[in-house]
Amino acid sequence: MNPLTITPDLAISETGFLFLSSTGETFTVNELGKRILKSLQEGMSQERIVLVITEEFDVDPADAQRDFLDFVGLLKHLRLVVEA
Amino acid sequence: MNVAVTGLNNVDNPGPGVPVIRSLRESGEFDGRIIGLLYDTLEPGAYLPSVSDANYVIPYPSAGLDHLFARLAAIHEKEKIDVIIPTLDSELNGFIKLAPRLKALGIRMFLPDKDQLNLRAKDKLADFCRKHQIAVPANILASSVQDLYTIQSHLDYPVAVKGIFYDAVIANNFDEALAAFHRLSGKWGLPIVVQEFVHGDEYNVCALGNNGTTVGAVAMKKLYITDKGKGWSGITIREPALLALTEKAVKALRWNGGLELEFVKDKTTNTYLLLEINPRFPAWVYLTAAAGQNLPLAALKLALGEHVPMFDSYDIGKIFIRYSWDLITDIKRFEEITVSGELHNV
Repeated sequence: MNPLTITPDLAISETGFLFLSSTGETFTVNELGKRILKSLQEGMSQERIVLVITEEFDVDPADAQRDFLDFVGLLKHLRLVVEA
Repeated sequence: MNVAVTGLNNVDNPGPGVPVIRSLRESGEFDGRIIGLLYDTLEPGAYLPSVSDANYVIPYPSAGLDHLFARLAAIHEKEKIDVIIPTLDSELNGFIKLAPRLKALGIRMFLPDKDQLNLRAKDKLADFCRKHQIAVPANILASSVQDLYTIQSHLDYPVAVKGIFYDAVIANNFDEALAAFHRLSGKWGLPIVVQEFVHGDEYNVCALGNNGTTVGAVAMKKLYITDKGKGWSGITIREPALLALTEKAVKALRWNGGLELEFVKDKTTNTYLLLEINPRFPAWVYLTAAAGQNLPLAALKLALGEHVPMFDSYDIGKIFIRYSWDLITDIKRFEEITVSGELHNV
């Protein structure tokens, strides 16, 4: 999987509130979404993030992979991340 | 310092007068008197001592510029006005024409000239944009019902039917376009602008031009839009593309004064299309002051001939949320302004 980069205009708060400063759009994400975004911000690979989700959220790897890909699909659709 | 301001009609489609005054008052740099110039005895800003010190009813410019000038001269006798800030589209042409006569009285303004005003008029905007490579929705001008029959060959429904000064109606078919044509032409005159309806989010920029240089500009995304299409809340955003388009338009117009540019971001192409250039500050102008660019204060300084440095940034993520408030007053106050044409708050 290609590395993903969070768009530089996206502000992510500790509460899971997202603000895209170029468009004025706002979003909220849950703990899992926040963890994924934080991991992407840290430059973690997609494979590594799935492993982190599996461990920290106590889910099986297939569920983690599916949830991750669903979420990333949404982030791409909303132009909050781009593939490097 | 005595500053007279129009547009104190803080109604459901508010005029910019009250937020312009609020920007001046809260700047910490203005301690003068504010004189409200009213076209209606029930303009809410006139009844708020925190907004205006004194108020005077004036005639519409369409009633004759000599009448307007005579009334302004009479008010000036009492109030010694230093600057007038007109804030309404429909009066600007008249005030521009009166500028030399007002200047002779010692009253200054900071306005575009007649040619600049005309270049961005709703019926000329498409030509202006095409000339300066600014994306704009397709439109046709309708001066008669006959012209409405050409909509189908140029545009797809729905279309935005716009009055020459104010108001817009979304028409989904010919019958709705016809009804809008009659309503808007009866209210604001001809021509009517029929504009391609572009699906997408709406963005506005409030700016101040000084002979074509953009002194300041703040971009805002509408968060909540009323059924009249007016932004009831909005948030400042960082979007260099919008600011670049604004600078381009201000330069091409060689604009003097406040202005508002209305954009829509086309959902399919992801590009900004310029819907309108309004030749005055918008009703949300206080957000510019709250975000760090007090554009009304800067305009006042420019009217006074003072040097104003260019703004280079503003706070991102500042939100305005408009609200309505029932102001209670006594019939004596209403009587005062109705009978004498004046209302004194201080």
